[in-house]
Amino acid sequence: MTINQSGWRPEMAASGTATGAPTATGNRALMLEEPLIFEIGSADRTGVDLEQAPAVQNRLGGMERSAPIGLPGLSEQETVRHYTRLSRQNYAIDLGLFPLGSCTMKHNPRLNEKVARMPGFADLHPLAPQSAVQGALGVIHELGEWLKTLTGMAAVAMSPKAGAHGELCGLLAIRAALEARGDARKVILVPESAHGTNPATAAFCGYAVEDIPATAEGRVDLAALQARLAVGGPDCNVAAVMITNPNTCGLFEREMKKIADAVHAAGAFVYCDGANFNAIVGRVRPGDLGVDAMHINLHKTFSTPHGGGGPGSGPVVLSEALAPFAPLPIVEKDAAGVFHLIEEETAGQDHAQNFGRMVAFHGQMGMFTRALAYILSHGADGLRQVAEDAVLNANYILRSLEDVLDAPFGGSGPCMHEALFSDKGVAEGFTTLDIAKGLIDEGYHPMTMYFPLVVHGAMLIEPTETESKAALDQFIMALRSVAERAKAGDEALKGAPHFAPRRRLDETLAARKPKLVWEEAALAEAAG
Amino acid sequence: MSRYFTEDHEWVDVAGDIATVGITNYAQEQLGDIVFVELPEEGKTFDKGDDAAVVESVKAASDVYSPVSGEVIEANGALEDEPALVNSDAEEDGWFFKLRLTDASELDSLMDEAAYTKFVAGL
Repeated sequence: MTINQSGWRPEMAASGTATGAPTATGNRALMLEEPLIFEIGSADRTGVDLEQAPAVQNRLGGMERSAPIGLPGLSEQETVRHYTRLSRQNYAIDLGLFPLGSCTMKHNPRLNEKVARMPGFADLHPLAPQSAVQGALGVIHELGEWLKTLTGMAAVAMSPKAGAHGELCGLLAIRAALEARGDARKVILVPESAHGTNPATAAFCGYAVEDIPATAEGRVDLAALQARLAVGGPDCNVAAVMITNPNTCGLFEREMKKIADAVHAAGAFVYCDGANFNAIVGRVRPGDLGVDAMHINLHKTFSTPHGGGGPGSGPVVLSEALAPFAPLPIVEKDAAGVFHLIEEETAGQDHAQNFGRMVAFHGQMGMFTRALAYILSHGADGLRQVAEDAVLNANYILRSLEDVLDAPFGGSGPCMHEALFSDKGVAEGFTTLDIAKGLIDEGYHPMTMYFPLVVHGAMLIEPTETESKAALDQFIMALRSVAERAKAGDEALKGAPHFAPRRRLDETLAARKPKLVWEEAALAEAAG
Repeated sequence: MSRYFTEDHEWVDVAGDIATVGITNYAQEQLGDIVFVELPEEGKTFDKGDDAAVVESVKAASDVYSPVSGEVIEANGALEDEPALVNSDAEEDGWFFKLRLTDASELDSLMDEAAYTKFVAGL
């Protein structure tokens, strides 16, 4: 057989290059085409030299595999090149501004990586004796203390593995608290301006979900909330309100304290989605606003990598009322400065009401070390400046573009960490999707689009604090240019991206008839 | 047969005590290309306003509410294989489910075609 080293396939020449003559390989200078690993691999190549397996007596009774197993065979160099080439077709925070709203795609400082790779942290086993891992337990404890201090809360559950897992943890604590007082409430209220994971979490926990409308200025409608809480009087069936603050319109819920007071007066709890904590860290303590439970995305606010580089980590802070129900394990420090892992056998009286356990072990240790490195390198004053700069940058984008893009809540005062635009005013037949695809041609990852749902054709842009003014100016120039083309009805924009490794993909066909398993073309054809 | 509309962009055709429910042409335009429809099972009963079906487009997933109370007697299985029917023919072949009405007086609170057209124009 011939070895297809370059990855060329016959259909590639026709697959469309925007300018210039097609090349024989399909490559365009440093833009290298790369087929799937199954298309370039073959069973007669390998990256390791294994000894011939010894002859054994077959005891499979006729059940042995009769067809090739179908794994690709590649040398080490081919494997390295394959993944390096694929990585060059990707976009990453290390390549440029990543404006995804509600995702807080900030720079991941290399200091975090250095700390996380220290063998004393990186090489531990979760079942090592506690006396041998005092340093690691100390990191979990100290990070937890920082999170409690920054949020003004009584307790913290460190183990949840990401935001939605943290939401689940918070709701389970709320349910445990309600059950402990013999109160089986069935409803969770979720404002329209909350994150989409909130109603999903509530439903997963077995609660009925009810919407609370937003006001015209994009905030929770307090009067509607109060009216709903009043239903049933003393038999109010609302277990909790899940609220995102700052919300997904990029606005601070100014009436958060009044909202929390009304919820508490009705005997219910306040869950706050802390995904947007970056906008208020060091400035606002959610505990002071009456929040009972809030998850913190270490991978957003505290700069641990995400967006393909994860994993996430979503510790949950809990109020005095919910603290007794915190899940295990818990790291505690005794008077002598020794750290103890509180687990089922050692929970004792203080943690007798714990609702159980979210994960097998302690949580995302690698993210704890990164987050603590980030916190200690910034200090309290530095964290405060993080929030201030994040808000400043978002407002700079909002005000720099509101003459060319519709800002539906531009009149609701300054935005927080993210700027929200709509597709109002673009030419007939043009959409937010066209603007997003145009941004790809300009060399940017698109913004979050069609979310939040309360805004038509939403574009949600979160620059974070780590972008310089020069970087923001270039992004603004690029988006302004694309927006002006959309307003002018530039037909070329409908075909964007023109310069990406692939042109505009058929998302509808991909969703309606997804191909989830690769099949060799001949096999697929034979199967019809 | 008479047709009624809701503010949540469902339509309902009534013939005798059988109501056929779908989403309006305006709704499918707003949602964009429909990629998946989840339909209620036969025999399920709804109160007016209950979540009855889910429609998912490339942009978002949305609940479809039951415009009236009743028992599901049939769901449009064609939508499971061909969700694009909702885009191509939302108000006829793209119907979602049929209900046996339990309270015909609920229809009085719904809009007629003229009122719905006016309602959409104001959005």
